[in-house]
Amino acid sequence: MASPAPATPAPTPLKVNLEFSGGMELLFNNTKNYTIEIPATTSEHTPTLLRHLIFWIRDNLLKEKPELFISADTVRPGILVLINDTDWELEGELEYQIQNNDTVVFISTLHGG
Amino acid sequence: MSAQSDVERLAAENAALQTRIQALTKENSRLKAPQTSPPLPDPSPLTAFTQVESLNNPEIARYSRQLLLPEVGVQGQLSLRNASVLVVGAGGLGSPCILYLAAMGVGKIGVIDHDTVEISNLQRQVIHSESRAGLSKARSARLAVHELNSDCHCIAYDLVFDYTVALSVAAEYDVVVDATDNVPTRYLVNDTCVLLGKPLVSASALKLDGQLTVYNYAGGPCYRCLFPVPPPPETVTNCSDGGVLGVVPGILGTLQALEVVKILTGVKAKEAPTLLLFSAFSSPTFRSIKIRGKQAHCAVCGTQPTITELQDYVAFCGSQPTDGPVHLNLLPAGDRITCADYHTLRQTGQPHLLVDVREPVQYDICRLPGSLHVPWRDFAQRVPDILAAREAVSHQPIYIICRLGNDSQEAVLHLRERGVVDAKDIVGGLLEWHQSVDPTFPAY
Repeated sequence: MASPAPATPAPTPLKVNLEFSGGMELLFNNTKNYTIEIPATTSEHTPTLLRHLIFWIRDNLLKEKPELFISADTVRPGILVLINDTDWELEGELEYQIQNNDTVVFISTLHGG
Repeated sequence: MSAQSDVERLAAENAALQTRIQALTKENSRLKAPQTSPPLPDPSPLTAFTQVESLNNPEIARYSRQLLLPEVGVQGQLSLRNASVLVVGAGGLGSPCILYLAAMGVGKIGVIDHDTVEISNLQRQVIHSESRAGLSKARSARLAVHELNSDCHCIAYDLVFDYTVALSVAAEYDVVVDATDNVPTRYLVNDTCVLLGKPLVSASALKLDGQLTVYNYAGGPCYRCLFPVPPPPETVTNCSDGGVLGVVPGILGTLQALEVVKILTGVKAKEAPTLLLFSAFSSPTFRSIKIRGKQAHCAVCGTQPTITELQDYVAFCGSQPTDGPVHLNLLPAGDRITCADYHTLRQTGQPHLLVDVREPVQYDICRLPGSLHVPWRDFAQRVPDILAAREAVSHQPIYIICRLGNDSQEAVLHLRERGVVDAKDIVGGLLEWHQSVDPTFPAY
């Protein structure tokens, strides 16, 4: 039997460039750069925000030790998030709405000298 | 080249060597003298640092290449001459930073470091030298500064930069450079600078990467604005574990000297706050990131600070103010074997399986004959390989070794969880093996 066509077509997925550096890449198969596609809206039909991206990364890219990436619904202390080469604090942090072709960098702060 | 100028050149060289001999003789007798009291701030420069109204002729000649730059000029050079800069840490970052500050004509430089020069430092800590191995890094740096520029008023503090000295030492300087190597000291240096209202030029380096920011300056953030909560200690890697390419802290330390010059000449105040990222083997190598300004809710520099005096930074960060190796104690003594006992066991030919859990780069440096190599990061997946190898030696006990004896304990615990009860770790790892069993075995 034929299934009914959806009322509205799903929006085009967003292409996002991800980068892990400062040691973060070790959690991601020692790979610094990923280009991913993420749905433009959540299951509740709201726009995809940076908080959703973080959990998408945990569920889809992170192989083990999620506590080294996420702590209390955000990135763990000592990770700086950059959105298109700007500190995420200037962009709304977790509430930032992901745009197509965004580059999001997760950088672990270094302490050596 | 005339004979006359040759004679002059040789005379100058001779004078410089005589000065050096005097300095080394003095240092030698100091080192040979019995240690009496704990080392205090180096009392030498006999004369106090004084500021001047104008540059003298030797200064004009010496700094002519900088005086020719409109961005520096006489006023800029005079600002350097009358400035004082405290460099916390005379390691990989501090080395080039101190040298360039002295070379460029900064009038007074304080160097604080409690560590001593080791040969394994010299790959990156270029202010020190083989002949000064064993000497305090602060004093070694001071000797190097005086060789380079005897006009520089350099003060060596052979001390740990901790909360007991931080405020009184830093109060004497205009700008502070964070060239340290650990988390608690970075928070301490930050809070000190905020409480004293000093600009802080901070950098860090590890492996092939570096980061640089100026904190607490011209409306910009402090370290706590960016990192209000310290990272979990287990996520922090230091240079002695992770390694570092010598030139990487060299580049970052040199950039710190540049930032100091920009602050002292007033250029920096016009710039928006940035974080400079350096990654030696990536493209682009440098990236400048726009960062947040001073945060109103910051615990130390905000509008209603909760931190109004220095804290217990070791407790706050849960880690020690050192980048030296950590020795964990995860297992009861009965689940461990000393290097000496393991040596006896090998000599008497007792059958067993030795598993080495170090990273491949480390395994390439040196290894004990007959070991099975299973890096700790692959360990969980490769337990079946270990059990198969153990059956090949008729179910004999398993001994696990690593570099320092930490991962080997984790590996034993992991095997316990998987029901393997007769595995032990070798206490202190291969470094201990070098120290107590076989001095010819490489130490790294």
